[in-house]
Formats: sequence, C-alpha cells, structure tokens
Amino acid sequence: MSNHTHKGAVEGSHSSVKSYLVGFVLAVVFTLISFACIALEQVPRKVAFIGLSIAALMQMLVHLRYFLHLDTSREQRWNVVFIAFTGVLVFIFVGGTIWVMMTLNSRMM
Amino acid sequence: MSTATKTTDIAHDDHHAQHQAEIKTFGFWVYLMTDLILFSTFFATFAVLAKNYAGGPGAKELFELPFLFVETMLLLVSSVTFGFAVIAQQQGKQKQMLTYLVVTGLLGLGFLGMELYEFAHMIGEGAGPDRSGFLSAFFTLVGFHGLHVTFGIVWLTVMIIQIVKVGLTSGVESRLARLSLFWHFLDIVWVGVFTFVYLFGLV
Repeated sequence: MSNHTHKGAVEGSHSSVKSYLVGFVLAVVFTLISFACIALEQVPRKVAFIGLSIAALMQMLVHLRYFLHLDTSREQRWNVVFIAFTGVLVFIFVGGTIWVMMTLNSRMM
Repeated sequence: MSTATKTTDIAHDDHHAQHQAEIKTFGFWVYLMTDLILFSTFFATFAVLAKNYAGGPGAKELFELPFLFVETMLLLVSSVTFGFAVIAQQQGKQKQMLTYLVVTGLLGLGFLGMELYEFAHMIGEGAGPDRSGFLSAFFTLVGFHGLHVTFGIVWLTVMIIQIVKVGLTSGVESRLARLSLFWHFLDIVWVGVFTFVYLFGLV
C-alpha cells in the first residue's frame, strides 16, 4: 500500500492502460480535426485559424491529463499552480510580442 | 511499545520518501516550464517572422500534409508506448518494459530521421535558414525541438543501459519517471509546432 502511494506520487495516480488509450484516441481525434481544417480546402480561413487553435489547446489539455497524469489531487497542486503561472507568462510573451510587432508593422506602412 | 515505535518509524520513512519524490517531481516540472518559456520566445519570434519570405519559398511550397501527419503520429504513438513501459514497470514486468522503451526510442529515431530528411531536403532546394526571416525562425524553432528529442533519445538509451546493468533500483525508477515527463512534454510542444508553424502556414 505504502509502496503504491510512493509510486503514485512519482507517476501520478492514474497510470493505467485504459487512461493511455483514452488519451491516445482523443489526441488522434484532435489531430485529425486540425489536419482536416487544411485538407478540406473549402474551410474558410477564419474558421480554420480558430478551429486549429482550439484543437491544439484541447489536445495539449488531453496530453496533460492522460499522459502527464495531471489532476487536482493534493500531490499535484503545486505542479498545477506552476503550470498555470507559466501559461500566463507564455500568453504575455507570445501575445505581447505579436501585438507590439503587428502594431509597429502597421504604423510603419 | 517498541513495535509501535518501529511502525511509526516506517510510516515516517515512507512519508519522507513520498515527500522527497514529490519535491523531485516538482523540481522537474520547474525545469520543464522554464524550457517552455524558452520555446515560447521562439514561437513568438516565428509568429512575427512567419510571413517574411524575402521572395523565397513560403510554407505552401515547403510543407506537405501527409509527411507532417506521419511525423506527428510517430511522436504521439511513442508517447503511448512510453506510458505502457511505465505501466509494465509498475507491474514489475521488466522484459515487457524494456521492449516498450526500445520501441519508444525507435519511434523517436523515426521522427528525428524524418525531420533531418526534411531539413536536408529544404537546404538542398535552397530553402536553408539563411534564405529568409521565415526560414531562420523555422529552423531555430523546429531544430530546437528536434534537439530536445535527440537528448531525449540519448537519455532513454542511458536508462535502458542502466536497467539492464543494475535493474530497477529506486534511483533508476525515479529517473525513468522524470524521463517520462520529459518525453510527454516534448509531444505537447510538438502539438504547438505542427499547429502554429506548419498548419497555420498552410491555411
């Protein structure tokens, strides 16, 4: 029992074949949605961009949940807090860079 | 009385070991997230330079959907086989675990081989990193990810050798758990790469 909890802390508590297969199927579904946005050529550009972004975000969450076994348990709490914080930083870096550079670009025109 | 003390000691040791494992896992997450910030700066650079073709070839001339799909599937399946290796380890099936780890490594090598082939093909066609801002940013970002996969494969090889030589000691198990986090993390970054670099360029 204690051995189990020890491993649970290292691996996360949801390592099972089923969990990986569910994650795999969901990941394949979102990958196919992404590729379909391009392969089906009649998808409007705006819809394709939004669809691709949502599919990517969803697939990343699927990977975190089913492959990296991230959950809301006590052992994982600080990992989740730290990942969320990094998510904010990434949003500021990438979003801020694009915003500043695009504005600059349009002002230079 | 002495038995009671002993039990408490064991419980205390177990609790201590679990706490140590949690700290190590958290420390590795801190590394992964700082790595993610590095990746995000490359993503931001690519987003800014994505349309700066300088008269050279653009995404639509260079990227092919079926090729990209095979690459993506290789990495995704390798994530699942690594997961199966971890499950085999937890069930104490060492041979099965080694098989899954070798399969994971081969899938990783397949991905890396395809990426190197793509790079060589592009450079051969005059679409190297020196051709345009778009291609500089492309080679930096995708190459940086490929470099991570390379180090992942090196680490995986070292782990396989350790398992064969010393068996599944608690140290080996602990390192394998962190390699598993690293490997799955690379697959998440690849989701960003194939979406925002390749597919966004093909829209």
